[in-house]
Amino acid sequence: MRWVLPEYIQDVLPDEAATIERLRRGLLDAFAASGYQLVQPPLLEYMDSLLTGAGRDLRLRTVQLVDQLSGRTMGVRADMTPQVARIDAHLLNRHGVTRLCYCGSVLHTLPASLSATREPLQIGAELYGHAGLEADAEILRLLADGLGVVGLAQWRLDLGHMGLFRALAGLAELSGEREEVVFDLLQAKDAPSLAEVLAEVPEPARAALLALPGLYGGREVLTQARQRLPDDDAVRQALNDLEHLAETLTDLPVRFDLSDLRGYHYHSGVVFAAYGAGQPGAIALGGRYDLIGQDFGRGRPATGFSMDLRQLVLAVDCPPRRGGILAPTDSAADGEVARLRSAGEVVMRALPGHDGTWREAGCDRQLVCRSGQWAVVPLQE
Amino acid sequence: MDGITLALSKGRIFEETLPLLAAAGIVPQENPETSRKLIIGTNRPNVRLVIVRATDTPTYVQWGAADLGIAGKDVLLEHGGAGLYVPLDLKIACCRLCVAVPEGFDYAAATRPGSRIRVATKYIATARQHFAAKGVHVDLIKLYGSMELAPLVGLADAIVDLVSSGGTLRANQLAEVEEIMPISSRLIVNQAALKLKQDRLQPVIDAFAGAIGHE
Repeated sequence: MRWVLPEYIQDVLPDEAATIERLRRGLLDAFAASGYQLVQPPLLEYMDSLLTGAGRDLRLRTVQLVDQLSGRTMGVRADMTPQVARIDAHLLNRHGVTRLCYCGSVLHTLPASLSATREPLQIGAELYGHAGLEADAEILRLLADGLGVVGLAQWRLDLGHMGLFRALAGLAELSGEREEVVFDLLQAKDAPSLAEVLAEVPEPARAALLALPGLYGGREVLTQARQRLPDDDAVRQALNDLEHLAETLTDLPVRFDLSDLRGYHYHSGVVFAAYGAGQPGAIALGGRYDLIGQDFGRGRPATGFSMDLRQLVLAVDCPPRRGGILAPTDSAADGEVARLRSAGEVVMRALPGHDGTWREAGCDRQLVCRSGQWAVVPLQE
Repeated sequence: MDGITLALSKGRIFEETLPLLAAAGIVPQENPETSRKLIIGTNRPNVRLVIVRATDTPTYVQWGAADLGIAGKDVLLEHGGAGLYVPLDLKIACCRLCVAVPEGFDYAAATRPGSRIRVATKYIATARQHFAAKGVHVDLIKLYGSMELAPLVGLADAIVDLVSSGGTLRANQLAEVEEIMPISSRLIVNQAALKLKQDRLQPVIDAFAGAIGHE
């Protein structure tokens, strides 16, 4: 029983680790190429700042401990997005557009998704300081580029809009706990329970909220929504936003789900999720959260997305690693070893007294000296 | 998996789902009551049924091992339903979740706010929530079957269980004292499957909705 890890906490072994690292580099390079600068927020912070702007969602998911230096409660980050928002609002203090990206482990008290880990490896990108749909489109394209880098076989983006729910909840005069119940039922598309909860709500808000769970699919959904939802300014604006994105992103597999809002209380405008074949849940989540910066003293428009590399790696094939070359420890081989390494080969020195096979260590070829000439030949053991 | 997989339990849910499947043009090739197969083909080569324990249905669908499932509301409440869509009340396998006590037991007195009662059930989460809402302390005893026995042998004061006709309760000198909620079976759908296979799943969902007189 010794050396057993806590539940939902895993080691990552060489093949998978190599793939995770390949995805991490590929994604960060793609983000960097679009001007997203890498930041590295700390693993833990005081709870007050960790929970600012997203408190209700994250409090129960955050592992807490007491700081021996200050006596204050610290938390291990459960989500890096609020940290990056804090960096933008409070530390960089730039005016205009700021593009940031990040990659790091986060910790959850309980596994939050079906990837069944309490330690997701979060990677994401955030765009601050632009409230227009151009920014939403840029972030969606960046996610699409990222999924291309990852090499997923089949995926699609599902767009929704928080403005729809907020407008309809306002019309229905929902507030507090009841609003949250309705929100949760919408996420589950639980039409039967929704009908019970909304029984007392006046029309047309009731019919509109009941229609939301069924409004998913291709672009025709937006046309249906215009017919079935009340003709309200905020509703019209939200549908126009989605229509505009649909027109801008015709080359991407974009679909719509008007009740898929994904729980983040800090989201405000266009929200989205990416789904990939063979994955039981969403593989990327994101959207606009213009309100979060206010709590850090500077309200800034913001949109972005994040993914869990540990989940993402399950959706891609781990290619077999290329075998290495076994080279003698003899210093006469140093020059040839350096040459092979700089040519991109993996070269290992054959340390004396090795007990196992070199094949197990990852070699499939060996460097030998034949009549004064170095040659790489198949490994013989 | 290009086709679609529907998870359901045998017995009442399977029997009462047959007309809904027929409405969707799906006819199982075997009867799970007589066959011992766990995966049952249908007249449509890309549609299969998996026969699971009722309490496992949400788990199969949540993990995408099945795209669709049919599960009682009682099971969904205990499971929590995370990661599932629940678009339809199929109005099949109807019954009610009730509190029952031995005949002559003063339930009203035993559940005055602040009192304490021992309850045997397999619906731990639902029972906990029900008694908490009443302000009654409850000691829950998890059982997996034959709940009716518990009060008779002094294991519990009351039981929380599904009641259909009430025959088993009467046969064991128990009386239903409180209905917690009516129960029926729901169609559940894996979230990613609905996004990625909408073209194949939607016709089935629509046919079920049509068969129960929705829309």
